[in-house]
Amino acid sequence: MSDTRMILAGFGGQGVLFAGKVIAYAGLIENKQLSWLPSYGPEMRGGTANCSVTLSDEPIGSPLVTTPDVLVVMNQPSYDRFINDVAPGGVVIVDSGLVQDLADREDVTTYAIPATSLSEDADLSGLANIVLVGKLWDAIGFCDRETLDAAIDKSVPARKAALVEKNKSAIELGIAS
Amino acid sequence: MTEKVLMKGNEAMAEAAMRAGCRFFFGYPITPQTELAAYMARQMPKRDGVYLQAESEVAAINMVYGAAAAGARAMTSSSSPGISLKTEGISYMAGADLPGVIINVQRGGPGLGSIQPSQSDYFQATRAMGHGDFYMPVYAPSTVQEMADLVYEAFDVADKYRTPVVILADGMLGQMMEPVILPEAIDPADLPEKDWATNGHAGKRKHNVVNSLFLDAQANEDKNIERFKTYEMIKRDEQRVETYRTEDADICIVAFGACARIARSAVNEAREQGIKAGLIRPITLWPYPYRAIEQCPAKAFLTVEMNMGQMIEDVRLAVGNSVPVEFFGRTGGVIPTPDEVLAQLRALNEKVGE
Repeated sequence: MSDTRMILAGFGGQGVLFAGKVIAYAGLIENKQLSWLPSYGPEMRGGTANCSVTLSDEPIGSPLVTTPDVLVVMNQPSYDRFINDVAPGGVVIVDSGLVQDLADREDVTTYAIPATSLSEDADLSGLANIVLVGKLWDAIGFCDRETLDAAIDKSVPARKAALVEKNKSAIELGIAS
Repeated sequence: MTEKVLMKGNEAMAEAAMRAGCRFFFGYPITPQTELAAYMARQMPKRDGVYLQAESEVAAINMVYGAAAAGARAMTSSSSPGISLKTEGISYMAGADLPGVIINVQRGGPGLGSIQPSQSDYFQATRAMGHGDFYMPVYAPSTVQEMADLVYEAFDVADKYRTPVVILADGMLGQMMEPVILPEAIDPADLPEKDWATNGHAGKRKHNVVNSLFLDAQANEDKNIERFKTYEMIKRDEQRVETYRTEDADICIVAFGACARIARSAVNEAREQGIKAGLIRPITLWPYPYRAIEQCPAKAFLTVEMNMGQMIEDVRLAVGNSVPVEFFGRTGGVIPTPDEVLAQLRALNEKVGE
């Protein structure tokens, strides 16, 4: 794939911006062109957050993704807002515990996993976002497997280094789901 | 250091400034620029520099004036409403021939406007950044890499011509992350001495004066005329522009900053549909790259801006009435999409083809 345009969306605090960052770092490590653009406007202050991530072999034009090839969503309002924008043939990853009302889009492939409850059961509370990144990797393989772990190493800030292994476990959990 | 790192535009500009030898930053928080000041607050103390959150934007720019007068590389940053507050001090810097870098991470206006990306301070930056007869170099980066590179170079340009320099960015560029290779760090102690600076010299020379007040009108006129000779040199030597697929273009978009990225996507799509489109991207907004536009053989121009149509006036100055110059823009913080720009290209192509 030469150009993958993604939107990751959910409530503030679920870590969708961080999940996007992990994907961006994977692109950095593999020397791809990439951009990561967060929402920072009034919608964020309303409690929802999203980011646009583009991985490409060519210089990236608009970093704002309007027709995503990939949508990762962690709440119903975000799903409802973006589902109709997804490009035909696109991939949608949803936390099925939080998004239950799925649209009738047969031209996209939807992977629904209960990421939040899976992460809680595995003693990985708060890492549903990374479980979904693992699922996305399983679905479209946006980088090499080792790159994904390296991206976790780079994304987790030094003061939270203790969480690196948990994040890697969350990736595994997502891939296995 | 050739390692690529992932940074927000705001952070890359802060890091590049410190690597250019800037150790004095005076700021005041405002969205969407705040990460720049926050980065400075974390990093300056570690590099023997000063980060100072001033009591207001007016105070911050006057602190830049003071540090610059003492010969230091100094910077401030803000977003549109905050830049308006700084314009008095910027005019004083221009009047006192003081170098310094001012970053504007633009948001929608006028007034408090919105906090979303905008390019509506084009006129302010290129024409009227405060009172009096003056101009200043204005750089418009369109990638995070270019944000770092242009901030780094801006300090050299400011020192060379003894003028404040503006970096005109916007909320999209400030907030986005891209890979960036950071420029090499300069030790401020290695920078050339400024023989005009009002620094301490233990009585070894006649004291220097930095001032923008000339009560004698003739002296003031003389100073202005001298300064405009410098502006002619800047116009001759510092025009910067990037052209993309313009060689055989029938229609040429002119766009800067974040809009140029959107326009580039539209140009590529138009080419796939058989429309001969190209892009001219001014990197300096003042001096404006008139030459590049004059030399472009396109049959029509389309300016794409995040405002109600400001740079279009410079494109019209370049081409006169020889070919049509049209405008498409979104404003108030709304970002145009490549599809919208493509629709404009198609319409203009049909018109030109008739």
